Amino acid sequence: MLPILEQLITSFIASAAFGIIFNTQKESLLPCGVVGMAGWVIYFLMTESDFDSVGATLAASFVVAVISQLFAKMYKTPIIIFIVAGIIPLVPGGMAYDAMRNFVENNYNLAVSLAAKAFLLSGAIALGLIFSEVINQVIRKTKETPKIKMKRTP
Amino acid sequence: MDKEKIYTYDIMEVCLLAGKIMLQSGAETARVEDTMGRIAHSLGGKESHNYVTPTAIIFSIESEQPTKTKLIRITERTTDLHKVTLVNSVSRRISNGELTLEESYHALKEIESSSNYTYSIPTQVSAAALASGCFLIMFKGSWYDFLPAFIAGGAGLLSVIFLHRLVPIKFFAEFAASLIIGILSYLFVFTGWGVEIDKIIIGSVMPLVPGLLLTNAVRDLMTGHLVSGISKGAEALLTAFAIGSGIAVVLSFI
Repeated sequence: MLPILEQLITSFIASAAFGIIFNTQKESLLPCGVVGMAGWVIYFLMTESDFDSVGATLAASFVVAVISQLFAKMYKTPIIIFIVAGIIPLVPGGMAYDAMRNFVENNYNLAVSLAAKAFLLSGAIALGLIFSEVINQVIRKTKETPKIKMKRTP
Repeated sequence: MDKEKIYTYDIMEVCLLAGKIMLQSGAETARVEDTMGRIAHSLGGKESHNYVTPTAIIFSIESEQPTKTKLIRITERTTDLHKVTLVNSVSRRISNGELTLEESYHALKEIESSSNYTYSIPTQVSAAALASGCFLIMFKGSWYDFLPAFIAGGAGLLSVIFLHRLVPIKFFAEFAASLIIGILSYLFVFTGWGVEIDKIIIGSVMPLVPGLLLTNAVRDLMTGHLVSGISKGAEALLTAFAIGSGIAVVLSFI
């Protein structure tokens, strides 16, 4: 139980700290942390229970995007703020590092396969973002009332 | 007639100012275009078109006279998402008819002139340091390495900020910063402060990772802004390459 708690707290702090690095306003820092924590916990739990890391990343980035959309509507702020904070922990930094290390040590075969994996993981992040955007658009389309002409101020 | 002409030019100025601030602060292209179009529409522009890339905005607005077009160049881009939010709310208020042309211009000018970041540099650096330490734990490092990652991560962001002021080439600043991170991490492990050099480096490099660029690139490509998407993707790739080569130099000497 303790490792999970450790992961929850550190992922929350890390994501909120990224909110500060990207200069988001103070009110958004807490939701930033929550988004990052949610994404990371899903990724962590799935990889711990022997899921493939690509699938785990896909699921996590999907959840990140959905929660970000909710928060963006709640706080009336650009969605990008929450998405960035949530995505950062999922970026395959470790994988890219391992690939780089193997390149330097002349283990090209291992390096290329690690780099391919890192590339796949980035693709999974992108795919998760796209899925949630599609769902958002579909919901918006179905909700949309007949177009009301905007009033033009002279 | 003349008054209307001036009015159209004023609308254009407000739209371009809003677009400029947003683009410089790291908003997605779709948001910039959407905001500019909305502002133009709410202030009474008949029809407006805009073309936004990461380095320039072209904006044209129709009126009784021949169409007016203006181009502005964006040279400096930073990350200040608070400004994006502020401009967004100004645009919302303009759409609701709460602000006149003049008021909105002043509101935007005020946002632009607050040239400082929302958070001071020491705050940002300590946030980066804290994030690095936390990432170390998230990547299953041991708590022994928390302090080394904390220091190396803070030093990394600090050196990016200062080197970028010294030499206005982003690639160099990021390369040098990751070099510093690599050297610091090696020194920590060498002197016995740290245990796992890999984990320390990965954790402390995280604040430099181009997360915003990557997200923006994907979102731009998705919404059909192909030129912006690809150029932001290239920028992200270049940053990743800079970080990677900085670390690689250190690793090849160990």
